[in-house]
Amino acid sequence: MKTKSFLLAALIAAVGLPASAQSTIKIGEINSYKAQPAFLEPYKKGWELAQDEINAAGGVNGKKLETIFRDDNATPGDAVRVAEELVSREKVALVSGTFLSNVGLAVGDFAKQRKVLFIASEPLTDKLTWATGNDYTFRLRANTAMQTAMLVPEAAKLNKKRWGIVYPNYEYGQSAANWFKKYMTSQSTSGIEFVEQAAPLGKIDAGSVVQAMLDAKVDAVFNVTFGADLQKFVREGNTRGLFTNRPVVSLLSGEPEYLDTLKDETPAGWIVTGYPVMEINTPEHKAFRDAYQKKYNDYPRLGSVVGYATVKSIAAMLKKSGSTDVAKMQGAMKNLEVMSPFGKITWRAQDHQSTMGAYVGKLAKKDGKGVMVDWRYVDGKTVQPTDDEVKRLRASAK
Amino acid sequence: MTPALDILGLKKSFGGVAAVKGIDFNVNAGEAVALIGPNGAGKTTCFNLINGQLKPDAGSVSLFGENITSRSPEALFRAGVARTFQITATFATMTVRENVQLALMSHNGSATKVFCFATSQHAARADVLLNDVGLQSQSSRPCAELAYGDLKRLELAVALANDPRLLLMDEPTAGMSPQERDGLMQLALTVCRERKLALLFTEHDMDVVFKFADRIIVMNRGRLIAQGRPDEVRANEEVRKVYLGSTHV
Amino acid sequence: MTALLVQTLNGLAAASSLFLVAVGLSLIFGVTRIVNFAHGSFYMLGVYIAYSVATYFGNAFGFWGGVLAAGVAVALLGVIVEVAILRRIYAAPELLQLIATFALVLIIKDAALYIWGPEDLLGPRAPGFTGAVEIFGRPFPTYDLLLIVLGVAMLFALTTFIKRTRFGLLLRAATEDREMTDALGVNQKLLFTAVFALGCFLAGFGGALQLPREPATLNMDLNIIADVFVVVVIGGLGSLYGAFVAAVIISLVKAYCIGLGNVAMFGVEFEFSKLTLVAEFIVMALVLVFKPNGLFGRPFSHPRASEVIETPIGKPSNVQYATLLVGLMLAASLPLVFDEYTSVLATDVLIFALFAASLGLIIGTAGLGSFGHAAYFGLGAYGAALAAKAGFGFAPSLVCGVALSLTASIVFGWFCVRLSGTYMAMLTLAFAQIVWSIVFQWDAVTGGSNGIVGVWPPELFSDRDNFYWLALALCGAGVLFCWWIVYTPLGYALRASRDSQVKAHAIGLSVMRLQWAAFALAGALGGVAGAIYAFSKGSISPDVSAIPRSVDALVMVLLGGINTLLGPVVGAAVFTWLQDTLARSTEYWRAVLGAIILLLVMVFPKGIVGSIQSLTASMKKRSAA
Repeated sequence: MKTKSFLLAALIAAVGLPASAQSTIKIGEINSYKAQPAFLEPYKKGWELAQDEINAAGGVNGKKLETIFRDDNATPGDAVRVAEELVSREKVALVSGTFLSNVGLAVGDFAKQRKVLFIASEPLTDKLTWATGNDYTFRLRANTAMQTAMLVPEAAKLNKKRWGIVYPNYEYGQSAANWFKKYMTSQSTSGIEFVEQAAPLGKIDAGSVVQAMLDAKVDAVFNVTFGADLQKFVREGNTRGLFTNRPVVSLLSGEPEYLDTLKDETPAGWIVTGYPVMEINTPEHKAFRDAYQKKYNDYPRLGSVVGYATVKSIAAMLKKSGSTDVAKMQGAMKNLEVMSPFGKITWRAQDHQSTMGAYVGKLAKKDGKGVMVDWRYVDGKTVQPTDDEVKRLRASAK
Repeated sequence: MTPALDILGLKKSFGGVAAVKGIDFNVNAGEAVALIGPNGAGKTTCFNLINGQLKPDAGSVSLFGENITSRSPEALFRAGVARTFQITATFATMTVRENVQLALMSHNGSATKVFCFATSQHAARADVLLNDVGLQSQSSRPCAELAYGDLKRLELAVALANDPRLLLMDEPTAGMSPQERDGLMQLALTVCRERKLALLFTEHDMDVVFKFADRIIVMNRGRLIAQGRPDEVRANEEVRKVYLGSTHV
Repeated sequence: MTALLVQTLNGLAAASSLFLVAVGLSLIFGVTRIVNFAHGSFYMLGVYIAYSVATYFGNAFGFWGGVLAAGVAVALLGVIVEVAILRRIYAAPELLQLIATFALVLIIKDAALYIWGPEDLLGPRAPGFTGAVEIFGRPFPTYDLLLIVLGVAMLFALTTFIKRTRFGLLLRAATEDREMTDALGVNQKLLFTAVFALGCFLAGFGGALQLPREPATLNMDLNIIADVFVVVVIGGLGSLYGAFVAAVIISLVKAYCIGLGNVAMFGVEFEFSKLTLVAEFIVMALVLVFKPNGLFGRPFSHPRASEVIETPIGKPSNVQYATLLVGLMLAASLPLVFDEYTSVLATDVLIFALFAASLGLIIGTAGLGSFGHAAYFGLGAYGAALAAKAGFGFAPSLVCGVALSLTASIVFGWFCVRLSGTYMAMLTLAFAQIVWSIVFQWDAVTGGSNGIVGVWPPELFSDRDNFYWLALALCGAGVLFCWWIVYTPLGYALRASRDSQVKAHAIGLSVMRLQWAAFALAGALGGVAGAIYAFSKGSISPDVSAIPRSVDALVMVLLGGINTLLGPVVGAAVFTWLQDTLARSTEYWRAVLGAIILLLVMVFPKGIVGSIQSLTASMKKRSAA
């Protein structure tokens, strides 16, 4: 019928010209650019900065890096289709990216099925490298368990008995809450109690949640919310006095993406993981920050670091492998050492997780803006489970 | 002989206001009966109590002795009651023949089949019915294109699909030209006589009523005030008062 | 006990702005019968505009002026939208406005991204209402108190306005009785524009009032729209008091869920706070099951007349058989001509074609509303994925998926066919959201928000071309079945129930049962599409049953042409291909996609296929004359 011929015509138009440049190495980068622009616009800038640096220095193995950016529409189904396109039509050497955990897992599984290398930059879910980890998937960013583990020693030091946990009601929040409970219980000799509030992502009823925490008479709060939920929670908490004399330990809140919007609402004294961008003056970070500011006239965000470090890792891997053969690239990824803006990181062979860490510190207000003080870098390798534990976690894969 | 339609003590009120206050009458097979009355007399309510649109508060409706009170329109169709509407109701996206075919399929229990073409079902029978109402030449036209008078005739053809024992026609000639009215009523009367079915209709046009009804039932203010042959009703003092509007004096 | 009282106040504060936004939507629907998807976008714009004005001036004037300015600016935008777009398509089949407003959502989102950037913008606190007062010994924000007062004040202001003014009279007349409006000699165009502007003002104003409570983000539009629909439906379409009561009910239910927290019941720990994800939809489903027209709604006596564009169907002609055959052969030869990715994309098109065709069966042939068709797609996908994970083979897994969606559509359908029109459509949405939230939260079985990975077909079909042929066979059979139904007695009976329900009853058709059957059938076919989808992607997550998936299907059907056989298939092809192509070639692809959909709606008001059909029909007529 008419449909089919129409379809055919449409597809002819869609085919376009097959790219055939042999002097470049193509990377297929899949991300939810439209759905998560706050993180991914700086991410893309960081990515392009690194790629420009590498290509200006002559590229890798005599070839320039070329990235094909694709939007995944924030759904795993579309991400897989885009991945198919990148692999079969664009003939990319590897795929990378993803922000949302469900998309990351879907592309990871696609990589396994199609035997393609996948460098996941951002998705935090533990499953990506553990329960459903596979030979083709590697991840840069410290996962939820690691992020939580960074904060647990600080939380334990507070010596509080009754903890309120506020988390967004999806896998990341549930997982962080569970790790927190597990780690805290194992650290403490006397019983610790937990009061939980699961809020729909992006739709927290902050007033009610803060009220419920107050009514539950919690001694301290572990916060997992981020973005708009965090801002609502902070403002209500400030107004209703939840944070007076009640310490808060909070995941990711020190990242510029989330901290910058809080401005004078910034709750001083919160213990957080994050990225004190203007205060890290190690040579590698200073170089990165200066280059970024020069190119974009803006300071980097955490997304920029993630994008930048991903490209640097891919380049280092390609140099090591000397080829885009999948098996060789897989081999090169294992124990690969790369200099990132956060210092040297290693891509672990046992679970394909990089050791890129995060900064733990306290929030403070300075000139009406939020900053991190008393911070220190926590290396990702110090917050890993034991190798036996990792082996056990990865055994359930397949 | 059991009457085809037997109405006993029918009552209905809406929010405390009694619209029908206890009505008894009957219609025999092969007889055409008109139900008339001024506006607000309760004849439409009464009609809807019979055709299943409304449920009575009290009283009964029987079809050849079988109690059919409060049955749904679908169940009445199965029991052999057919009806036409004041504002014609047809299936606008189908052809004239398909309208009749669908009613035939429903009557024969084949309207939910999924392994045959609908247009192959009962086509010959549909053509007979269309022929009976004089629409044979229009049978393949989309019924959305039909003239109003033809739609009325189509409704009649559809109504005959379940071989009804009782035919209820609500204001059958509303909106038609005088010539069309006589044509349609003549058709209905012929059907009524030939098939020995009971015909009950409401009607505004008194010429039509007196010309075609064998018997007339007059309602006013929810009550039956007179019934009888046209000449009897015409002579009835109360009916004259009601229709001259002098009851208020 | 005092905790409960304070939670009540929290709920009331949340209810206020929800009410303002919802009442605007309700007024618009009552008068114009437009299901305005863009209402949430207008709300979002209200927050952004208020933010800009407030921070530009940085004082009390800026804040309160910004709140008003946001309302007025959004109202003006509403006027432009109504006059430039909606007015041109009032005559088109119902629901077509829905996809025009859906296109607006896409455009406004990208426009906001362009103007205000990607980062969340946290506005200032309201001048004069920055602190808290002690209520029952607990600090309670003064701004929340102000909101409660404002909400009630707006309810009275609106009621008085509608009771006392001529505009109010016209508005009531148009909502309750179309013939009365005509009798009053109203300039209907002006009335529609005015009501649309008023509704938009309320959306913008309600959004601006949220500024001290939440940051302006690009997700606010879709975050609120579902809630607002729910409020309008629970309250009763077009009812002012209804919107207020419903907003209060929903907000209170959520506040109490949060207030209860974890409760041990019958020895089981139950986390009430998790219910907030779906509370409003559970409330809506319950209300609709017992009150089919919402709490304060009345059945609509005069739905906006929609032109019936379908011509009699009869039997397929020889030309149609021949084209079908040629089409199938062309489709089958696709992988031989094009590259692998074409097969991948075409597989998506086939799956969505079946999904859209099955929806077309409900909203086209049966003439019923459905905003929640993704429920069956999702259940088909999850049923198949879970079966595959449990060790079933490929074919049995597909069957499991279809069985699950069939079961659900039988159960949900039983409730849905008891309602009518928009209420029915909203009940389907409620069921879909309940399915979504179960899938989303039942981590142990469904993998929660991460979903299920590793659902691949057997070796033979891991080749993309082979899988395409398989999809062509299965989805093609499904689509053919949808088409076939239309020609059968069942299809005729369904169309009869749609064309004239009283007549259908009068000729002995059990309308409700027929509709139930259509619902079940469409659900099962949607499940087939979902099951194949799972295997084509290798993984699924809850988005397969989320609202955007349902909306996509609606857009496909309406874009292609409702009540046409080819419509859903063409719509699916055009939409999928457009999205794929645009997302690859432009940065602001969402806005471009929206603009193209808008254009298509204006050029093809009866859908692509429907408009082409009536064009050729009128050309034939002209040449015959």
